[in-house]
Amino acid sequence: MTRLLARLGHILGAAVFLFTLVAVSPGWAQQPSKDNPNASAVQEQQLLRELNRVQGLVSIPDTKEGTLIQPQGREWRHFHEVTLRWIGAIALIGMVVLLAVFYLVRGSIKLASGRAGRTILRFDTLERTVHWMTAVSFIILGISGLNITFGKPLLLPLMDPQTFTNISEALKYAHNYLSFPFTIGILFMLVMWLKDNIPDSTDVEWLKEGGGIVGHAHPPARRFNAGQKGIFWIVVLGGAAMAITGYVLMFPFYAGLNIANMQAAQIVHGVVGVLFIAVILAHIYIGTLGMEGAFEAMGSGEVDLNWAKEHHSLWVKEEMGKTGSSAHTRMTPAE
Amino acid sequence: MARMKFLCDADRCIECNACVTACKNENEVPWGINRRRVVTINDGKPGERSVSMACMHCTDAPCQAVCPVNAFYTTADAVVLHSKDICIGCGYCFYACPFGAPQYPRVGNFGSRGKMDKCTYCAGGPETDNTAAEYAKYGANRLAQGKLPLCAEMCSTKSLLAGDGEIIAQIYKERVMKRGYGSGAWGWQTAYHETIKV
Repeated sequence: MTRLLARLGHILGAAVFLFTLVAVSPGWAQQPSKDNPNASAVQEQQLLRELNRVQGLVSIPDTKEGTLIQPQGREWRHFHEVTLRWIGAIALIGMVVLLAVFYLVRGSIKLASGRAGRTILRFDTLERTVHWMTAVSFIILGISGLNITFGKPLLLPLMDPQTFTNISEALKYAHNYLSFPFTIGILFMLVMWLKDNIPDSTDVEWLKEGGGIVGHAHPPARRFNAGQKGIFWIVVLGGAAMAITGYVLMFPFYAGLNIANMQAAQIVHGVVGVLFIAVILAHIYIGTLGMEGAFEAMGSGEVDLNWAKEHHSLWVKEEMGKTGSSAHTRMTPAE
Repeated sequence: MARMKFLCDADRCIECNACVTACKNENEVPWGINRRRVVTINDGKPGERSVSMACMHCTDAPCQAVCPVNAFYTTADAVVLHSKDICIGCGYCFYACPFGAPQYPRVGNFGSRGKMDKCTYCAGGPETDNTAAEYAKYGANRLAQGKLPLCAEMCSTKSLLAGDGEIIAQIYKERVMKRGYGSGAWGWQTAYHETIKV
């Protein structure tokens, strides 16, 4: 009897279970159309608002491809196509115009006391080698860099596209490889000339009098005057900025760098680059056209004693005092 | 003329990566290069979605604008293509591209990049259509044969759609109406400056 009751109980239980199942299941079946499975899903516009890009995961080894959408590319495009060209054009054309006007007004700065005929060693062979290694690298780096920004509007219309590509590709390789002698040159300069480029009180006086280039007096200066110290620091710090951002661009996406870092590196490289070229144009001007007797310092390494006395009076005193043999007498033929 | 577009219905993508494989096989894409990839957002979390992404063939394409040697051109079907003869491998198109589409084979030292490779919408390159020279550089030219890109053609859930922008937008709209939800056309706002309103 109890067994029968128990059996009935089981049957009843099963029937109730089945009934509930039948009663409930139409509700389950209709559930998906009422519920929006998208309610909790990631939304593109929301992600773009929050992070300004859409980042996910990829199963391929190239992890940088995990960035699905980065609208910042548009801002970088505007920088490269518009902003950088304006900065570059203003800096470079501005500097050339400035130097031309300066040359017309001031002319070449002559030696006030004429030539002494005796020379003094200003830059030794190592210093000159380092200077010219860096200088030649810089000129080619500058031209190849400008080609990337200004080549398309200025050079491409003048030649057929394949020729322009061949030139640009060769310049790209030159740009990559010459970065090494340039960087090494900057490091050598830092080591060789740092001790002569620490700002001191003579620089204040020199700057007050406007140096020998703007002003007409020749304020005393040690081995390097305040203007030359300025060039030194621009070259060292600018060169460091160019080298660091340049190697970031040359080794793209290394060491966990992302697309935003790469864009930032290119922006710094571009802006510092065009300003650097503008400054070096002034440096080239003053070392050649702008001043009599200045080129010899990096040419033969020996400058005329009067030039040295006029421009670097304190340095000449120090050199003469040291050994007395630093000044060489260039024998003039007997008459 | 048609305005060719891609549309990935993220509510249908199951991250099977068949589009990636089909693309690599159809175009014999070089080792290490992926013209198309599937990105999973919020992987393993509720609301996870996967999107198959390649070159979107943008309106007013940023890559084309920043290229220093004008290697890019846009076809009458609004497909953005490039010439590997003109490309110098500078890498700028990757910085400008909102979708990470340009790919570069590694050649030589450091990170130096070879000629850029990207999705051609299965439309080859500047060479004569369906020649061996075109295939070697750019892969298949299915568009010239009257076919759509293989990635979309063989998508098992029909998540990835390719074709004229208006037609695929219409298909997507109908889907969203019928099922009652849709997370939108990923990337359309960025690529085409428009989105699909349902």
